Amino acid sequence: MQDGEIDKHRRRFLTTTATVIGGVGVVASSIPFISAMKPSEKTKAIGAPIEVDISELQPGELKIEKWQGKPIWILRRTKQELDDLPSMNTSLRDPDSSVDQQPPYAKNEYRSIKPEYLVVVGICTHLGCSPKYLPDGGEALGPEWKGGFFCPCHGSRFDLAGRVFKGVPAPSNLVVPPYKFLSDTRILVGDDSGVNA
Amino acid sequence: MNVITKMLCSFLSWIDARFPLTKLWNEHLAKYYAPKNFNFWYFFGSLALLVLVIQIVTGIWLTMNYKPSAEHAFASVEYIMRDVEWGWWIRYMHSTGSSAFFIVIYLHMFRALLYGSFKKPRELLWLTGMFIYLTLMAEAFFGYLLPWGQMSYWAAQVITSLFGAIPVVGEDLALWIRGDYVVSDVTLNRFFSFHVIAMPLVLLGLVFVHIIALHEVGSNNPDGIEIKKHKDANGIPLDGIPFHPYYTVKDIYGVVIFLIVFSLVIFYYPELHGFFLEHANFVPANPLSTPEHIVPAWYFTPYYAILRAIPDKFGGLVAMGFAVILFFFLPWLDRSPVKSIRYRGWFYRIALTAFVISFLFLGWLGMQVATPLYTWLARIFSVIYFLFFLLMPFYTRRDNDKPVPERVTMP
Repeated sequence: MQDGEIDKHRRRFLTTTATVIGGVGVVASSIPFISAMKPSEKTKAIGAPIEVDISELQPGELKIEKWQGKPIWILRRTKQELDDLPSMNTSLRDPDSSVDQQPPYAKNEYRSIKPEYLVVVGICTHLGCSPKYLPDGGEALGPEWKGGFFCPCHGSRFDLAGRVFKGVPAPSNLVVPPYKFLSDTRILVGDDSGVNA
Repeated sequence: MNVITKMLCSFLSWIDARFPLTKLWNEHLAKYYAPKNFNFWYFFGSLALLVLVIQIVTGIWLTMNYKPSAEHAFASVEYIMRDVEWGWWIRYMHSTGSSAFFIVIYLHMFRALLYGSFKKPRELLWLTGMFIYLTLMAEAFFGYLLPWGQMSYWAAQVITSLFGAIPVVGEDLALWIRGDYVVSDVTLNRFFSFHVIAMPLVLLGLVFVHIIALHEVGSNNPDGIEIKKHKDANGIPLDGIPFHPYYTVKDIYGVVIFLIVFSLVIFYYPELHGFFLEHANFVPANPLSTPEHIVPAWYFTPYYAILRAIPDKFGGLVAMGFAVILFFFLPWLDRSPVKSIRYRGWFYRIALTAFVISFLFLGWLGMQVATPLYTWLARIFSVIYFLFFLLMPFYTRRDNDKPVPERVTMP
């Protein structure tokens, strides 16, 4: 090759390597930026389990606690309400809790460890609003309503086991968080270690 | 020439040798030739710029006293309203400005639909405009969370949960956007960052590109005729007039009228009966209780009505997404050789009328409690909304368009 002549191969090689190395650098440096937006260690730590005292809870009463920033409902159901649950089955989307929205020990007809106490995350499975606890139907839901939860945002309805009705926008049952009974009057929400599934 | 004028002249040439000041002034104002037949609809581009400036200036001042934390945000807004001198005025300017921005942008977009301003050779102009619209929606959404009222909180909770409807990656994506299991202090802090720096930067960049694209192809006009086709011996369009002073004066006139109406809202109806500031937002955010009736800000309600009309979580999200995305394809969906509504046939006129009625009706329905009747109405109007776009290639191709004149007609 003579002086002053352009070596196009060398030029292309240099351009390509510079582009590839630069591109790899850009992609690699995007990882920290993306990761920085994930829940931080502190945020995850706040998700630690909470203890709830249920000794004062009356039949038909709902207690709202906060875990992972979410409302946790503890509902003490009456005998009548528990007996009514199977009669809902035909109007429910997933009466047998076949979708994985609960720990194995809550996959039963009451969706709870002890039939009397329902523990669910009070967030609608549609778009994350918090439904209202409505023991009576009133004018809006009619006399057929046997108690349950109604989401004011988009009208999703759930029965007293947190099971979703057919024909509403919410696709699945309310989530049952991991929990266990520490004693007859104390529940630990967020931790179920040592519980027999 | 006196001494001062001489000094100014030599100063200007000193600058021009180092920065193209005179060149820029001429290219974009004094020698930018715009069609002479602009009408009322041509106010909204410059008004959008004005509102952008208002939002940036008031935003900077609000940031001086606002605190982006779940604990202090609500109280800091009240502090601005009560204890900061003129704080209420700055805050109402900003809140009214956000609604004004959407009113102006919607009218600006409607103008494009009227006169075919999205058609060749202005496709890129339209696309950059659509990106501005998307960015504006994001900017408004992020800003809406900042007062940390009940409506702020639950609107953010619903919209971030929307991402959870995407199959497979949805839940992780929603978690990544919020940075927490539900909307929280973490979310508020990052939305503040997006609202005051990320989105405004993107917006300014896009507005710059939008104006450059406009000045490259030249403005459309109510007749939809390319004025560059007929030029005089100096290469100046026969139907064009210099933007400055003709349209700068016209636009300033529009600005005055706009500011009168804007001030009326700020001073007398800052909440505009819950349209501009929703009543539920005067209650601090409570993550444990959703208000009885939640609605997004009015400028999102047409899309919200479409979302609710579909009885399926993911389907609703897809429909809502398409309702926005379809606008991007307008330049290629429209097959008519005619731009302006003045020379279009009845097919397009009827289609556009039906579309506007659907859009407004959906907007109204999106604010109502979803009863079965309203849900069915929302479905009907959603279908009309989509048919406007999807049938466009067919009805515009066989429309009975009228002949278009060679030169613009005066208004």
